[in-house]
Amino acid sequence: MKRIITATVQNRSGVLNRITGLLQKRQFNIESISVGRTETEGISKMTFVVDVEDFQKLEQLTKQLNKQVDVLKVSDITEKAIVARELALIKVGSNAQQRSEIQGIIEPFRADVIDVSKESLTVQATGKSEKVEALIELLRPYGIKELARTGLTAFQRGQQPQVADLPSSYSLLQ
Amino acid sequence: MKVEAKMAMNTDSHSKPNTGADLLVKALIQEKVDTLFGYPGGAVLPIYDAIYRAGDGFEHILTRHEQGAIHAAEGYARVSGKPGVVIATSGPGATNLITGIADAMMDSLPLVIFTGQVASNVIGTDAFQEADVMGITTPITKHNYQVQSISDLPRIVREAFHIASTGRPGPVVVDIPKNISSGPAEEEYESTFYLPGYQPNLKPNPLQVKKLEDALAKAKKPVLLTGAGIIHGNASEELKEFAHHHGIPVTNTLLGLGGYPGNDELFLGMAGMHGTYAANMALYECDLLINIGSRFDDRLTGKLEHFAPNATVAHVDIDPAEIGKNITTHIPIVADSKEALKVLQKHDVESTNHGDWLRHLQEYKQEYPLWYNNPDEKMVPQWLMEKVHEATNGDAVVTTDVGQHQMWAAQYYTFNEPNRWVTSGGLGTMGFGFPAAIGAYLANPEKASVAVVGDGGFQMTMQELSILQEKRYPVKVVIVNNEALGMVRQWQEKFYEERYSESLLHTQPDFVKLSESYNVNALKIESQQHLEEVLPELMQNDEPVVLDCRVLQQENVYPMIAPGKGLHEMIGVKPT
Ligand SMILES: Cc1ncc(C[n+]2csc(CCOP(=O)(O)OP(=O)(O)O)c2C)c(N)n1
Ligand SMILES: [Mg+2]
Repeated sequence: MKRIITATVQNRSGVLNRITGLLQKRQFNIESISVGRTETEGISKMTFVVDVEDFQKLEQLTKQLNKQVDVLKVSDITEKAIVARELALIKVGSNAQQRSEIQGIIEPFRADVIDVSKESLTVQATGKSEKVEALIELLRPYGIKELARTGLTAFQRGQQPQVADLPSSYSLLQ
Repeated sequence: MKVEAKMAMNTDSHSKPNTGADLLVKALIQEKVDTLFGYPGGAVLPIYDAIYRAGDGFEHILTRHEQGAIHAAEGYARVSGKPGVVIATSGPGATNLITGIADAMMDSLPLVIFTGQVASNVIGTDAFQEADVMGITTPITKHNYQVQSISDLPRIVREAFHIASTGRPGPVVVDIPKNISSGPAEEEYESTFYLPGYQPNLKPNPLQVKKLEDALAKAKKPVLLTGAGIIHGNASEELKEFAHHHGIPVTNTLLGLGGYPGNDELFLGMAGMHGTYAANMALYECDLLINIGSRFDDRLTGKLEHFAPNATVAHVDIDPAEIGKNITTHIPIVADSKEALKVLQKHDVESTNHGDWLRHLQEYKQEYPLWYNNPDEKMVPQWLMEKVHEATNGDAVVTTDVGQHQMWAAQYYTFNEPNRWVTSGGLGTMGFGFPAAIGAYLANPEKASVAVVGDGGFQMTMQELSILQEKRYPVKVVIVNNEALGMVRQWQEKFYEERYSESLLHTQPDFVKLSESYNVNALKIESQQHLEEVLPELMQNDEPVVLDCRVLQQENVYPMIAPGKGLHEMIGVKPT
């Protein structure tokens, strides 16, 4: 099952290495990791999308992360109300006439063309991973020349629904 | 004399730190470090110079290999409960420590390891003797640091000692670039620290304690399984009271030996691959398993599906990540062992309805005791271990290497007190035993320090005889010489149809001459009679000694849970 885990960490040297090394050593499958600074100086936030077999493995993952000295907080936000986004840059082959066709495809995704050359154009898309994936699939027939994705970053919404209201299908990735 | 000369040179530089290395020395003094294990080299020259100038504040043990230094520090840490401190130079000095760091990580030993590093401005250029110590040690340390600025050094040292010795202990590496250790330092830097991400929980959750008490009140077949957590937590007394109050039988893991008295009536012996039948069957048949401070290692559990299949499992551990890792746990208690036992003693549920269970286990004990066949003249290792016990009144600090002799020492040197048993369990590191005995001696010079080693493993770190030569520490080395990598030979006999591939060691050094060349008294002993004549005196006197004890090669360690088998499927439980 896929889970979204966030970890707030102290920005000390080696912390990234320690965490990725730990995930590797304990054989956790990581789908994506994104890291960046937070509102607090010296504190970074990491977002992992992981694929774990069961809840016991998941518990191990959060416990092992928590055990690290520089890790301040670990949350599994999969079941929470969250905002989650990733950014993708997609370079597709296109000649002049395909260009407007592609424009038409990306528009509903609110993606932008950020670079154009004779044989290609580059689309920037942001959103949930499914949306990004759907767009990529639609662009694939034009020939994807280069693709870069940041991985998911996420946090909890300002307001969380009462536990009882939470539809079971709410989870973003399950 | 040497010390006086040092002191004379040194009078004023000591009080006033002027380099990063002096700051380090000052910080070590503040941590009350009095013993260092290490080996010098280019990148730690400033540190060694500061140690020299600091005079006689430290006993520095110059081992002959960095691996010796770190295993000695592990022995020191295991027996004293204080962090063992190691210094090694950059590159090869640091990489020679790796085995010991991994060993300490597996067995939760507090170590603080200082490695030299090339100067900050050349890190990353493949400079002479540069190794990525942070990268290499990250997966095998509780934490590690590379010092980036001199002003951080005092704080980092304090943090390192704190992290190494609190919570679940473990090794911490501090990598110090040469420009930091040699650079100019001010006298004082802020060294207070705040580790918001590191707050080990010591007190048990009352709700979980209540659950355990309820389970105990109902249990008909409870058993206590205790590990090194009892020894780290200094909780032997509390454990004994708790077990006696409720009449709960106790078994130990390999690393837990001595945490509960081996001669106590409720003690079932060690559990696991070479544990006793009674202990393993108790784990198999129990309806309540109370694990305090052990981590359900695979050498203990055997095949998981046969481990305590009908039991409610309660697990007290200071490391939350150990709970539920290997075994589904119904009652998780994250706490220090002593704190947990104190609370458990207070509330006192009554649980007295398991007399049948105790009688049943007593029958197992009587029916299936540890056994060996003792020939008339030649020595067998089990007998040898019993004699070592006798000659030391069962009160020595015993270290072992890894192999058959380790299991025999665990089985036949009955430990009645904590902090007497030093062995490499998790990593199973050959070469550990002899240097560990040197560290163990320094941690507790009042007790005899006996290294029980194999003829194979001793050859991995025997260069440390130099330390006995120089310092005359009365470490007693008992080589259980079966002219074989015995444990390998045993597995080849049993599971590889006697194809003894690379496991027989008929070519050996003359251990007596070898020891004598280090000016260490040594004897080759081939008969029971000879051993009985010399052992008591040699174990009690104040001199180091090496005993090359020739034992029957074909002896195997029994009983045994074969790999892939369950607790209840022990073989070799009865004499053949
Ligand atoms: C560093 C290391 N290498 C290899 C092994 C695998 N190993 C485990 S026990 C053993 C045999 C040890 O022989 P010896 O020291 O003579 O002890 P014995 O089993 O004969 O008592 C070996 C090779 C190990 N544990 N550690
Ligand atoms: Mg041997």
